[in-house]
Amino acid sequence: MAKHKISVTINGAAREAEVESRLLLVHLIREVFRMTGTHVGCDTSHCGACTVVLDGNPVKSCTVLAVQADGAKITTVEGLEQGGKLHPVQEGFTEKHGLQCGFCTPGMLMTTSALLERNKNPSEQQIREAISGNLCRCTGYVNIVKAVQYAAEKMR
Amino acid sequence: MIPAAFDYHRADTLDDALKLLKKYGDEAKVLSGGMSLLPMLKLRLASFAHLVDINRVPGLDYIKEEKGTLRIGAMTRQAALERSDLIRTQYPILADAVPLIADPLVRNRGTIGGNVANGDPGNDQPAIMLALGATFVARGSKERSIPASQFYKGLYSTALAPGEILTEIRIPAPPPKSGGAYAKLKRKTGDFAVAAAAVQLTLGKNGAIERAGIGLTNAGLTPVEAVDAAKYLVGKMPDEKTIAEAAKMAAAKSSPSADRRGSVEYKKEMARVLTARALRKAVQRAGGN
Amino acid sequence: MSEPRTDAKICGMGHSMKRKEDPRFIRGQGRYIDDFTLPGMLYMDIVRSPHAHARIKKINTARALKIPGVLAVIDGPTLAKYNLHWMPTISADTQMVLPIDEVMYQAQEVCAVIATERYIAADGVDAVEVEYEPLPVMVDPHKSLAPGAPVLRKDKEGKKDNLAFHWQAGDKADAERALAASDVVISENVYLPRIHVASMETCGCIADFDTAQGKLTVYMTTQAPHAVRTVFALVAGHVGLSEEKIRIVSPDIGGGFGGKVPVYPGYVIAVAASVVIGKPIKWIEDRMENLQADSFARDYHMKVELGAKRDGTMTSLKIKTVADHGYANASANPSKFPTGLFSICTGSYDLKHAFCEVDAAYTHKPPGGVAYRCSFRVTEAVHAIERATDALAQKLNMDPAELRMKNFIKPEQFPYKSVLGWEYDSGNYGVALKKAMDIIGYDALRREQAEKRKKGDLMGIGISSFTEIVGAGPSRDFDILGIKMFDSAEIRVHPTGKAIARFGTKSQGQGHETTYAQIVAEELGIPAAHVQVEEGDTDTAPYGLGTYASRSTPTSGAACALAARKIRDKAKKIAAHLLEVSEQDLDWEPGKFFVKGAPQMAKTIQECAFAAYTNHPQGMEAGLEAVHYYDPPNLTFPFGSYICVVDIDRGTGDVKVRRFVAVDDCGNIINPMIVEGQIHGGLTQGIGPALYEEISYDDEGNISGGSFLDYYVPTALETPHWETDKTTTPSPHHPFGAKGVGESATVGAPPAIANAVVRKSASGRIRVATAMTTTMRTIERPAGEPV
Repeated sequence: MAKHKISVTINGAAREAEVESRLLLVHLIREVFRMTGTHVGCDTSHCGACTVVLDGNPVKSCTVLAVQADGAKITTVEGLEQGGKLHPVQEGFTEKHGLQCGFCTPGMLMTTSALLERNKNPSEQQIREAISGNLCRCTGYVNIVKAVQYAAEKMR
Repeated sequence: MIPAAFDYHRADTLDDALKLLKKYGDEAKVLSGGMSLLPMLKLRLASFAHLVDINRVPGLDYIKEEKGTLRIGAMTRQAALERSDLIRTQYPILADAVPLIADPLVRNRGTIGGNVANGDPGNDQPAIMLALGATFVARGSKERSIPASQFYKGLYSTALAPGEILTEIRIPAPPPKSGGAYAKLKRKTGDFAVAAAAVQLTLGKNGAIERAGIGLTNAGLTPVEAVDAAKYLVGKMPDEKTIAEAAKMAAAKSSPSADRRGSVEYKKEMARVLTARALRKAVQRAGGN
Repeated sequence: MSEPRTDAKICGMGHSMKRKEDPRFIRGQGRYIDDFTLPGMLYMDIVRSPHAHARIKKINTARALKIPGVLAVIDGPTLAKYNLHWMPTISADTQMVLPIDEVMYQAQEVCAVIATERYIAADGVDAVEVEYEPLPVMVDPHKSLAPGAPVLRKDKEGKKDNLAFHWQAGDKADAERALAASDVVISENVYLPRIHVASMETCGCIADFDTAQGKLTVYMTTQAPHAVRTVFALVAGHVGLSEEKIRIVSPDIGGGFGGKVPVYPGYVIAVAASVVIGKPIKWIEDRMENLQADSFARDYHMKVELGAKRDGTMTSLKIKTVADHGYANASANPSKFPTGLFSICTGSYDLKHAFCEVDAAYTHKPPGGVAYRCSFRVTEAVHAIERATDALAQKLNMDPAELRMKNFIKPEQFPYKSVLGWEYDSGNYGVALKKAMDIIGYDALRREQAEKRKKGDLMGIGISSFTEIVGAGPSRDFDILGIKMFDSAEIRVHPTGKAIARFGTKSQGQGHETTYAQIVAEELGIPAAHVQVEEGDTDTAPYGLGTYASRSTPTSGAACALAARKIRDKAKKIAAHLLEVSEQDLDWEPGKFFVKGAPQMAKTIQECAFAAYTNHPQGMEAGLEAVHYYDPPNLTFPFGSYICVVDIDRGTGDVKVRRFVAVDDCGNIINPMIVEGQIHGGLTQGIGPALYEEISYDDEGNISGGSFLDYYVPTALETPHWETDKTTTPSPHHPFGAKGVGESATVGAPPAIANAVVRKSASGRIRVATAMTTTMRTIERPAGEPV
């Protein structure tokens, strides 16, 4: 099986890799680039723990091939903080206790940071819809909604 | 969950893709959004030696109305349909359905072409295409059109021949006094339908139903077109009694199987309830009562 | 305790301190098991049985071993050479690590592939060919217990039936006499289906045997690292693994909820593989393995009979339960309580007569009976009594709130000795229910419901007034595999007045790094920000039984306070020495000792700490540290009242939770923000089993609900906007009046939802078919009616 040479921009840095066709994007990120903030929580594209922002859209990186990301711009949780300044969603999750075990958190942060790019003032219902592809087993979602509202406020 | 090994090929043009498909025949599979295919490969429920990725093929991603036809490129992502003003204002049956497909992250990748072409009776858009009387455009050695009503052959089996790619979906633009609706019941966000009904109809001058199409999701091995029920409606005033009778007829066409979403009996009853609801809403949107 | 005693700088109890854990988690810098890579590490993947019961005729590994990178396939006979093919469960039953000849449930481990890479290990699993001869399958626990049923556990010498155990509490004859003398008796069959914790992170480990030192380090997802170390030493002692040469490290854990208490075969195989191969072995479950093979919860078939006088006074309770344990009893329960604390089933009510019994059955399903965010079968008990209470209210045509108020144990009755033997430490049930009713506007809702019913609309209002029992537990009664259920804290105060504190528990998201630091801050006045909390490494932390069953605050939290008080006592001697006064002349306020009547003469805790290393009194040991092993005198009894309003689609049976009000009482609170978060999460794990989650099996033992495709974990759209409030009834025996809270909401929420949804109609039909979940729904109306 042929390997593919790919280059991506991940969190602003250009990276290259030689990948098997079947390598999943999430494994490129976690195991090749060794950025372990992006997690794997299921096999069936339901949980969203692996969410990254791919060319501006939050996607489940367990359901994209690494080779498909060739030439793409990827942002993971490690890329949210800029110049030592937390992204407002990161702040919001801490301020409003939007996380407990932390396992779903990177995916939630990627989904909600992308939401706020598109919608500066989402309603509770819109936030709930936006995160409905990300499962959380700890928080019961109420504080995640508050965290996003906090971030939205902060970004206005 | 790791897919078995395969070779990945990126097509940069449609001709590229067709050449690759021709070359690898049965061993090749088209990769569009990948939201159904990649999980199947990961679970090793399916395997292909070659994947032909059409994500970068230009000219397959559009939503436009031309000469009385809505044309949607097969690579159009669900998220694009969700944000389309044209769909929201003119095709409420699609606008109803799209936000209920999987979840927002999946809709960022998943395409309408994949949804209608992979032959999963649990997908939502095939039933809608049946109700709308849509036509699918396929490209192989030549281009051909396949009516949705003749497209679905069996579980994961369609009229697409090996070497063919679905390129476009054509939907007749509804005439005035038309209405459509999609009514779906699901256990939770991200799940397939327990049952769902797609209805598209047009009312005549006197308020009677002039044309009707009804499709059912997850009601058998293929998407189900409730032809008898649709025929029954034509020429009748859309009153409660007519709606109830048509819903009953549609439900009679469903042959669901029992699973975690419900028993056969329950699912058939849901097909009836949801058909009635979709009918009422479609009538209302058509400007009837 | 309403106002914090300490200021925001110290941040002791009662402050909603932001979590110390968060900075790493929001940056993607948490370190979960799959984030570790050790040099030379190999990967393990497991071949699992497609059959629920089958003889293994042959395992053909040739094709797998030909794959470049596949190094070995480990099967039962391999482990049998080291006598490691069987292991004890935490309930002192036995289960296979890998089978020799027979598999007993679908997804059971058959053999394991070791490879150089994760992807190659998966290919290896695919390439192993196993020939099976399918055998008859027993899935129904009632049939399994019937006379003449084929014996499942033929490995147990002399075993003639499928009874895993029988357990009972109370006086049966007395309870039956009282039932017979009751004016009314209701009888309800309540089934709590098999469910799974489905923590977002699955289980996994890296077993690393250092051949040079003969030391085994296992990084693993465990809620109870110390207990695991001891179990490993007991199980593998004969192959030379001795407890001082075993180190268990539990890193950041992505949710536990009880599912990470047991030792699963995968861990043991990885350890065996590492010992044999001499390299680190990583094993990470995928989601399907996690749901299909790891310990389940519930699966209790209960028949509940509740008697009452005509005025509503409850008289007698009797519960008979058949419990489905799968092919081995792998419950995580204290030894003396094989069915946990189920005898809390008299609930919040002053019942004078009660009896309960449980028959536990073996079936061809995965072993288990762990908790799902529940303190040892309390969820089952609470569901039984709360459902029965509502059925009784309906039968008596009484308002269910009024019936509860009438039967509550009264505040003046505490400490209250229940007829089934528990001493409830404290409670004030009526106040909590009244508060919940006021918040939700109970009377107006009942009026709305009456109006809706007239129109045929389905609106449900459900109440649950639960009593929890957590904090196991007193050593006279509580042990697991003989180890008493105390827990521990060790605090060291450094010369500069900062501290490190270590515990026998292990957080899985509960925020221990924050709350324990706040306890130290409360007791010593050292700012919580200056207290480093560590758990999970058995080489450094004091021995303890771990975190589950809402026990951390009742046990290690108490140990923390008492260790801190030992330090304070010593610091007081040092302060007296520094101030040249007698100890008796000193008073304490958080952070400093001062001379009575002369507050300007003071020494801070930091000054005392410095002196402990630089200027300690002659004859006193240097240093400032303490260890405490806390053996609780009793359990703690948190409680609450929940009210839920649902709207039910008459056409589809679809249930929408419109509002849910939870009033909880967990005594004194360390961190209100964290407690509220625990309740939100617990409520969501209450709505899950009540309306969505279930694992079931067909007659061939094929699982349904074995992946996230159909194991329905609620998303933000199914979950309502929880409304919470509290009352405060401190535990009289806990050092700072706290009670455990992690599981209250998961215990209390399901019956509130069930009570809102399930209602026997006049015709005797039930609106929604299954009581606990609505997975298989039926609708109480003639099919075909216009809806």
